[in-house]
Amino acid sequence: MSERSSKIPLLEVRGLKQYFEIDRTHTVKAVDDVSFTVEKGTTFGLVGESGSGKSTIGRSVIRLYNPTAGEIYLGGREISGKLTAEKKHYLTTKMQMIFQDPMASLNPRKKVIDIVAEGLDANHLYKDKKEREEKVYAILERVGLNHEQANRYPHMFSGGQRQRIGIARAMIMEPEIIIADECISALDVSIQAQVVNIMKELQEERGLTYVFIAHDLAMVKYISDYIGVIHLGHFVEMGRKEEIFDHPVHPYTKSLLSAIPEPNPLTEPGRKSVTYDKNAEGVDYTKGKKNYLTETHMVLATEEELAQWNA
Amino acid sequence: MEGLKEKEVVLDVKDVSVSFKTNVGTLNAIRGVNFTLHRGETVAIVGESGSGKSVTVKAVMGIKSANEKINTGEILYTYEENGEKRTVDLLKFSRKEMVEKYNGKHIAMVFQDPMTALNPLLTIGYQLTEGMMKHLHLEKKEAWARGEELLAEVGIPNPKLTMKNYPHQLSGGMRQRVVIAIAISCDPDVLICDEPTTALDVTIQAKILELIQDMQKKRNISVIYITHDLGVVAKVADYVAVMYAGKIVERGTAYELYFQPRHPYTWGLLLAMPDLNTTEDRLYAIPGTPPNLLKKIIGDAFAPRNAFALNIDFEEEPPVYKLSETHEVSSWLEHPDAPKVEMPEALVRRIARMTGTAKQKGGLANE
Ligand SMILES: Nc1ncnc2c1ncn2[C@@H]1O[C@H](COP(=O)(O)OP(=O)(O)OP(=O)(O)O)[C@@H](O)[C@H]1O
Ligand SMILES: Nc1ncnc2c1ncn2[C@@H]1O[C@H](COP(=O)(O)OP(=O)(O)OP(=O)(O)O)[C@@H](O)[C@H]1O
Ligand SMILES: [Mg+2]
Ligand SMILES: [Mg+2]
Repeated sequence: MSERSSKIPLLEVRGLKQYFEIDRTHTVKAVDDVSFTVEKGTTFGLVGESGSGKSTIGRSVIRLYNPTAGEIYLGGREISGKLTAEKKHYLTTKMQMIFQDPMASLNPRKKVIDIVAEGLDANHLYKDKKEREEKVYAILERVGLNHEQANRYPHMFSGGQRQRIGIARAMIMEPEIIIADECISALDVSIQAQVVNIMKELQEERGLTYVFIAHDLAMVKYISDYIGVIHLGHFVEMGRKEEIFDHPVHPYTKSLLSAIPEPNPLTEPGRKSVTYDKNAEGVDYTKGKKNYLTETHMVLATEEELAQWNA
Repeated sequence: MEGLKEKEVVLDVKDVSVSFKTNVGTLNAIRGVNFTLHRGETVAIVGESGSGKSVTVKAVMGIKSANEKINTGEILYTYEENGEKRTVDLLKFSRKEMVEKYNGKHIAMVFQDPMTALNPLLTIGYQLTEGMMKHLHLEKKEAWARGEELLAEVGIPNPKLTMKNYPHQLSGGMRQRVVIAIAISCDPDVLICDEPTTALDVTIQAKILELIQDMQKKRNISVIYITHDLGVVAKVADYVAVMYAGKIVERGTAYELYFQPRHPYTWGLLLAMPDLNTTEDRLYAIPGTPPNLLKKIIGDAFAPRNAFALNIDFEEEPPVYKLSETHEVSSWLEHPDAPKVEMPEALVRRIARMTGTAKQKGGLANE
């Protein structure tokens, strides 16, 4: 994922900007000049403050939004720009997204079997009804749901079950890359483990690539190879997971790591985390530049800031 | 723990069972749930996805789906009105009575799926001030000002703008915080939080948890907290209830649940949780799948997935064994004639590590 890598990355995002106009006087710069690359067969963890632009990056990359600026390449082919029918087909067969808000992304009037088969239907990916059904049942089973549940409607499911419907819908397409937006947060820890194990299996079997967006840093650390820390639409730090967890430099990364709640009722009650206030510390993200501490470890900072944080 | 002080029961959930009619049969979602909530305390409900946590707390709020039936039980709520103590069974009220009298003002809830709790067609400001005008009788302007304050309290960076936004214009975590702001806006007695911080980053999560704990100290409110994050449970919970397939299989203080767990399902949960040191190639997941609630469950629902199951586990439902004043478990392993079973080695090591870190960090906060 380093910008100097010589291999062609599976996903490359260059200078992505996504602005939203709220009204004539307000524009939200949800994503502001973001670049990153993801190598085939690896997992890129995206962590950061709520509202910092993680979901928007995912939605722009998969072209649910029309990016304000920037270029996006998938397998060396440009997928930004005008969305032709051919590009669209290429996109949906190669890339899938698991959405953060399960209920909002599932059609309430459709049965689960039809929701999960949506992508198969749209791209004619089966011979007959039987094969369609078999494919759906197989994937449901893999995510821990049973056949009987295939004929129910989304509102009849618990939060975690709905989340798994979303996972099944993405995985059934056998894409090359999945953008998983908070895809395990509503699951109990055992099913989380099960889903993460499936994700790893598929990665080993088929070289699947993930962009894994999550707030659970223990899980992000476990599953990711590289991690990007995003704050207010900017990557403030990026690197191999060891670099981020063992040698964090940016104060936002540090505050994030200090706030992870430990599953220990002896030490956790009353423990306070390190707070970080960008304005109080006078940090201006538009002034900082990308500093590479190693081939892979990037920190956004001015020279003075970097000296101060490293001290 | 204080121990001696007489504790005041705010909510007493007794033998509640709930089923749903579906096109494939009757689904028994809750099969006899019991727990109590004391004034000023926090009970966390953890457990399997689909085990009935949300259905249980929605019953407390008087929220029922069209195909839902409450078969047995009562939910006794004790509160003060005009200086007098009253106890009522919430299950006796209609939805309308609940909305008019209890929801929001007495008992408020933060819903798991914020998008379903918010009306997509109304601004955040409208939805946030509605309850305050109705229950607290605030003027529109006052309510609006208070709304902005609340948004700031839950860490929304630009409250003035957010008040004018529609739900789809906010990020997942911002929506979740709006729902939290709405829930606390009318000063409830009982606050139910169903996965309130899953969409939040850990720094904001910490802030929200501290906010709830502050409110709790100041106003002595009681909190029911549903979460899958055992780190969060460790931070906030006085008591923990573990649910599996529509029943509470174990409950106790946070200390008892983390350090002296007895039900094999609780063992599985604790083992499945990764921490920052986890590097194994595969995470531990409890083998098998949860039972089909459309079928009648015979014996202990966890038996087919339980490596320690006894013959009787497949025949008869285990009774509740009381291990301490606060610790209860429903498992045949507690029967005097049951073979002695030790918790898994990996869990013993994990617990030793936890007590070890606690000692290093200068002592036990909570014993
Ligand atoms: N359709 C939209 N219209 C207007 N503003 C939007 C829209 N979608 C997102 N935003 C704004 O863009 C910013 C980034 O939102 P995004 O959903 O990407 O955050 P996130 O990092 O995924 O946060 P979370 O962790 O809370 O899910 C937020 O300020 C949000 O209000
Ligand atoms: N309206 C409904 N019709 C049919 N079944 C339902 C309905 N609502 C819930 N259920 C079922 O009831 C069971 C309990 O659901 P509930 O939402 O309480 O689970 P939960 O413990 O909150 O799970 P999660 O952690 O995934 O949110 C689930 O098996 C679910 O499928
Ligand atoms: Mg998001
Ligand atoms: Mg739930």
